[in-house]
Amino acid sequence: MTSLPDEQTTQLVAGRLLEMADDELILSHRNSEWTGHAPILEEDIAFANIAQDEMGHALIWYELLRSLTGRDPDRLVFFREPCEYRNLQMVELPKGDWAFTVLRQYLFDTWEAGHLEALEQSRFTPVAEAAQKIGKEERYHLRHTAAWLCRLGRGTEESNSRMQAALDQLWPFHSQIWAAPPDYERLVTESLMPDLARLGSLWEDRVRTELSEAGLTPPGFGQPSAPLRDEHTEHLQPLIEEMQQVARLETEAGW
Amino acid sequence: MSEITENEVWEALGSITDPEIPVISIVELGVVRTVRVDAERTVVEITPTFSACPAYQAMAGSVERKLREMGATGVEVRTVLHPPWSTDWLSDEAREKLRRFGLAVPDRHQGNLEGAIEAGQAACPYCGSSNTRQTNPFGCTPCRAMGFCQDCRQPFEQLKPL
Ligand SMILES: [Zn+2]
Repeated sequence: MTSLPDEQTTQLVAGRLLEMADDELILSHRNSEWTGHAPILEEDIAFANIAQDEMGHALIWYELLRSLTGRDPDRLVFFREPCEYRNLQMVELPKGDWAFTVLRQYLFDTWEAGHLEALEQSRFTPVAEAAQKIGKEERYHLRHTAAWLCRLGRGTEESNSRMQAALDQLWPFHSQIWAAPPDYERLVTESLMPDLARLGSLWEDRVRTELSEAGLTPPGFGQPSAPLRDEHTEHLQPLIEEMQQVARLETEAGW
Repeated sequence: MSEITENEVWEALGSITDPEIPVISIVELGVVRTVRVDAERTVVEITPTFSACPAYQAMAGSVERKLREMGATGVEVRTVLHPPWSTDWLSDEAREKLRRFGLAVPDRHQGNLEGAIEAGQAACPYCGSSNTRQTNPFGCTPCRAMGFCQDCRQPFEQLKPL
């Protein structure tokens, strides 16, 4: 189908698209912080590209959101307050060291691989088509970060311990990735959006296996329950301030 | 009342190039998908190579300007994402032009994208050798990767299979 049946469904789909777009945008911003600072030139190029790709994917979801609600992507990105962002806490955490960056990207890429594949089955054609487009490009990211997981996890004692430290820090945030927004169930019933809990359990099985192959063990502790998407850590505010600074200097400027 | 034909639009768009790959047109690149002209409207559908292609907005702007220059009525330039752009769409002629430009193009994967990414290899644009290796799966733009020819000892750029 190319249009949604009613206003309530439209609002629910739009709400989920905003979450997906914000995840891509904030992760992209964090990765872009490595531009000019990555450990080696090849990785500077790679992560600048990955950041740029994620920005392109964010824009696809924001544009789709605009087609449903009329909300302008530039206004959404540059003129929302931090508390109005709907991204995962995992993607707003500071970039940390290289191990933290590649491990976070690996976790996000593996989630996205399964999520996009499921989104391709959406009965809402624009979502299915966008997922197919994004999914092809994402293959490059996953290959890259999976190689880094193996390289650092099974590298030296130091690289392994840094990866384990990154995992200890990231794992408590992992279950938020499959937490569904209110009334999302309706979209699943109507085959407009995938069952996130099912994807989450497949994802966790996969990453536990691959982490273990890389000599890493998820910690036994975590958040007692996944926070809502409007709850953020103290790290989001400075990121948003920096990202919006120039746009807010001259609000009517054309770019 | 528009007196321009669809063929004339295709021909005019064939004079626009990707600013980052100035040797082939956006028609040869596969960015222009459909052209529809009727009494009231001139609608052109275009698609990005990679989603984050930094030249895409420039190409969309060029299409719109070109249509207005031609005197087309009811100009509309739309982005479509389906079918997703593929390096397989590049014709042999386009591949040859890119090779002469110094940009290697991977062989057609015919749907086996994972296999093509795994192989990660394209013939050297300078000497034609297949004895090459990929040195970075990423490059200076989202659509490019970097390779090295082990015969003529030259680094080169290639399009990523998509
Ligand atoms: Zn050569």
